Amino acid sequence: MSENVIEVEGLTKRYGRATAVDGISFTVGKGEIFGLLGPNGAGKTTTILMMLGLTEVTAGSVRVMGYDPVREPLQVKRRVGYLPDTVGFYDHMTAVDNLRYTAALIGIPSADAGKRVAAALERVGLQDVGLKRVGAFSRGMRQRLGLAEILMKDASIAILDEPTSGLDPHATSELLEMIRSLKRDGVAVLVSSHLLERVQSICDRVALFSSGKIALLGTVPELAREVLGGGYNVEVEAEGEGLAVKFSDIPGVRAVDQSGPNRYRLLSENDVRPQAAAAVVNAGGALRRLSIAEPSLDAIYNAYFQSRGVRNAAA
Amino acid sequence: MPQREGSPWQGMSVVFFRELFDHLTSARMLVLELLVLICGAVVVYIAVEQTRATTAEDAFLFLRLFSPSGQTFSFVLVISLLAPIMAIGLSFDSVNGEYNRRTMSRILSQPIYRDALLLGKFLGGLATLTICLVTLWLLVIGFGLIRLGIPPSAEEIGRLIMFLFITIAYVGVWLALSLLLSVVFRSTATAALVGLGLWLFLSLLWPILAQMIGEAISPSDIRFATLGLPTPDTLAWQEALQRLSPSFLYGEAVRAMLNPDAQSLTTLLAQFQGRIPSPLPLNQSIIQVWPQMVSLVAGMILLYVVGYVVFQRQEVRA
Repeated sequence: MSENVIEVEGLTKRYGRATAVDGISFTVGKGEIFGLLGPNGAGKTTTILMMLGLTEVTAGSVRVMGYDPVREPLQVKRRVGYLPDTVGFYDHMTAVDNLRYTAALIGIPSADAGKRVAAALERVGLQDVGLKRVGAFSRGMRQRLGLAEILMKDASIAILDEPTSGLDPHATSELLEMIRSLKRDGVAVLVSSHLLERVQSICDRVALFSSGKIALLGTVPELAREVLGGGYNVEVEAEGEGLAVKFSDIPGVRAVDQSGPNRYRLLSENDVRPQAAAAVVNAGGALRRLSIAEPSLDAIYNAYFQSRGVRNAAA
Repeated sequence: MPQREGSPWQGMSVVFFRELFDHLTSARMLVLELLVLICGAVVVYIAVEQTRATTAEDAFLFLRLFSPSGQTFSFVLVISLLAPIMAIGLSFDSVNGEYNRRTMSRILSQPIYRDALLLGKFLGGLATLTICLVTLWLLVIGFGLIRLGIPPSAEEIGRLIMFLFITIAYVGVWLALSLLLSVVFRSTATAALVGLGLWLFLSLLWPILAQMIGEAISPSDIRFATLGLPTPDTLAWQEALQRLSPSFLYGEAVRAMLNPDAQSLTTLLAQFQGRIPSPLPLNQSIIQVWPQMVSLVAGMILLYVVGYVVFQRQEVRA
């Protein structure tokens, strides 16, 4: 058996004449965080629902842990934890009761369920409010309760649909940290989001969706190299003569921008900070600042569609 | 293509007990039950006091508590009007409520089939209503025992148990209808209003409309009208149309079960033939209302199946 826990091949979903998902293919490996990114309505949620067997597949195939969600939905759903977009719970019940209900649906024996529910709540930091009604929970707490459900289920794959939408920055970073901790447990995580920048920091690989198709697929630096022509933005603030020329001589540097007096931005294929520092020192200049920024997915996404737009206009 | 794996019943009992617990502890159920209890208490009290006043010999004294002869308002009428309200009130939001609370996709991503969810909800509602009806039934019998001071005969008990079964089938029809509406309409308010509208239409408007439509299809014959008798063809049409309403079927079935000595076609026939009309024995009454009972159960199953098919095909996302 391969190490891929999710294999999607030529997956297509049509509603009448409208095509929501158009022949997409990707794989997710064991213990990998994979991002399905793209604007709202690009087909991310539909893809997720097809992977869970919750909506019918028009064409193509999905394999989750080697099972077909269309014919063996229970096998798939036993192994996959799903956190839907704006997850809901029974407001009149407590957090513990909500999780115990899910545990009973999964078929966890009730002697075991108590311990697993308590452990899961503890891990997401909700142990103190476990006996409070969910109706009083904030959005961030609900999302964490949703994660607790996945933890309790002991799932091998976690599918999170827009887990950070509507959360404040603090709650977002907490949630992202919890998602990272899932990865440390060896859980493969599939995250969908329209907030590209927020999620890119935790994703090993991403697929950028655009109107039902995967436009780009790979790691963020790979995509940056492919689309922007360089993966890294090195910012240098230094005093010295003719530094711009010296920087452009460094192997790997694609372009040098002088953004202000004594400020330079280097677009490069790899991390050229040591070479840039050496260049400044060799030229007898004074190095004031040296920093690196990974290219943002937003920039990649925009650049990709701009270039395509230009190409389409030219054609 | 391989068979769908796993049992469709997995998780059903979990949903069933959850629903039962929720219904029995909900304020909504309490209000509905109080409504039925108060209305029922009034009519049963009147019936008991009337029965106590009569001195004539009556073989079915106990049945008069439920359905006093020659009385418009009876416990049976209260049940036939208010039981649908209870059923609609219980399940108008059972499926669409899950979508609105956004719990549906989370629940369906657990290893259960949709069958388990829908059937668990339906049976949970039916069990709740059964518990309520049995309680009411026992209360009326207990009250009768105290106030009348005589125990019911074996035949009366048999008839009362049949009445209970017919009543459960009747609320089952409304429960299945309400569940279907909650599957079809995404808005709980729409489902409740359509349910109440159908209830008003079927129990109040349809009897009048059926008379008119029957008259239109097969106009009454002047020869019968001058004799003050209904035209048989017209009557047949009107009855057939009225039987489309579960309330009418229920009324017919319960009347035959609780008023075995009432003027029915058979007693009329007996009079014509010069025989002494006598009340039908229980087994004959059961045979007489068998079609009505089967229709009620069939209606319940049919409405459930329609809801099931719609629900299976429904998109999970809101």
